Amino acid sequence: MSLAQETWAYALGHLDELQQATLDHLLLVTSALLISLFVCIPLGVWTSRSRGTANFVINGINGVRVIPSLAILFLMVPYMGVGLDTAVVALTILAMPPILVNTDAAFRTIDPAVKEAAAGMGMTPRQILFKVEFPLALPVILTGIRTASTEVIASATLAAFIGSGGLGLFVQRGYAMYRPSILFVGAIPVALLTLAAEILLSSLQRVIQPPTAAKTA
Amino acid sequence: MRLGEMRYIVNNPDVMLRLLWQHIVLAIGALLIAAAVSIPLGYFIHGKQKLTTAVLGVLGMLYTIPSLVLMILLLPLFGLNAKTVIVALVIYCQIILVRNVIAGLDAVNPSIIEAAKGMGMTKAQRFIRVQLPLIMPVLIAGMRLAAVVATAIATIGAMFGAGGLGTLLFNGISQGRFDKIIAGSLSVALLAGSLNWSLQYAEKRLDKIARIRAMNPAVSQKTPSHLGMRIE
Repeated sequence: MSLAQETWAYALGHLDELQQATLDHLLLVTSALLISLFVCIPLGVWTSRSRGTANFVINGINGVRVIPSLAILFLMVPYMGVGLDTAVVALTILAMPPILVNTDAAFRTIDPAVKEAAAGMGMTPRQILFKVEFPLALPVILTGIRTASTEVIASATLAAFIGSGGLGLFVQRGYAMYRPSILFVGAIPVALLTLAAEILLSSLQRVIQPPTAAKTA
Repeated sequence: MRLGEMRYIVNNPDVMLRLLWQHIVLAIGALLIAAAVSIPLGYFIHGKQKLTTAVLGVLGMLYTIPSLVLMILLLPLFGLNAKTVIVALVIYCQIILVRNVIAGLDAVNPSIIEAAKGMGMTKAQRFIRVQLPLIMPVLIAGMRLAAVVATAIATIGAMFGAGGLGTLLFNGISQGRFDKIIAGSLSVALLAGSLNWSLQYAEKRLDKIARIRAMNPAVSQKTPSHLGMRIE
């Protein structure tokens, strides 16, 4: 039997499990992304406004970004044990840098004249933030979210090794039994998920692109 | 972090050094192959707008594939060994390096090329003696990011029998040996960090030299932004 047939047969034979694993994978990815969005967008707005904080936070983040994701995932285990919570925490850490760095850059590069014009029109700081700055910053922030989502979908596969479940389960099993077909059953849906996320977010980016801000990162 | 958890590093310096060396050879070897591919590729497609867009598009798409998945997909072609990992690493580094080569070449002042032509330099001479030194800071910036990415992916490569520091991580997880996990994570983080810092230093040094040579302060500003870049 060829590898393709074998993979197909295994997937058909474990359809329920595959479905559950895909759902788990998506749940893992969305929770990590949502938590990092809630933390990093306000943080990014804040760092973009104060030079001192920005230097401190962005340098720290860049330092963390250098550490391989596998090391971040596995390093959680001695401190938090294995399980879903550990995986969510690790994946959140991995999703944060791109979102924070892009949010910071997005707000920092807004033309001050635009903000002054808004203030001159009598807008309150809150209105300027939500009605002027956010729409202008959104495309660049979305670039960060795109990067983060690819990163998290990829790393969530590795998270199966620390007991998170998800599609990495098949990768882990295929690795333990050395069966390439089982590895493929895990790998192909992950590839499709990254592709889908990429297409979804890039079309979203095109939709929300304000006509005045032609320049994105 | 308790001191006791560092015992693996202290007690097994021979294992640590062997794995570190394997990791360095794997990552740096792949990086050098990647550079040997990307510099001619970037030179060839530079200036051809449609071709550049097409090549960068394909390379960007390949970069979106998670490295673990890419290695699994390459597995039937190259087998369970370091070859699979090296091929994946080379594919992965292409987008970073080619993008920087093109950005660098675009930023070189055309009058410098004209001057070199006027001096009777051949195309090859112009590339090696004029363009290459001028794009070096941008190229090193790309190499720095690629080195960090390669170090990270080489860690996952341990799954495919490529050895390296990732071996400690995977063994540690499967044996429940936290000392191995800590030893592996710390050493791989330090390796990535030191590669990053040393190349950052080289970048700054070269940048100064290139700016003086080219009298073109725009050179360094043309480094492509890596805001949209994922580091594995």
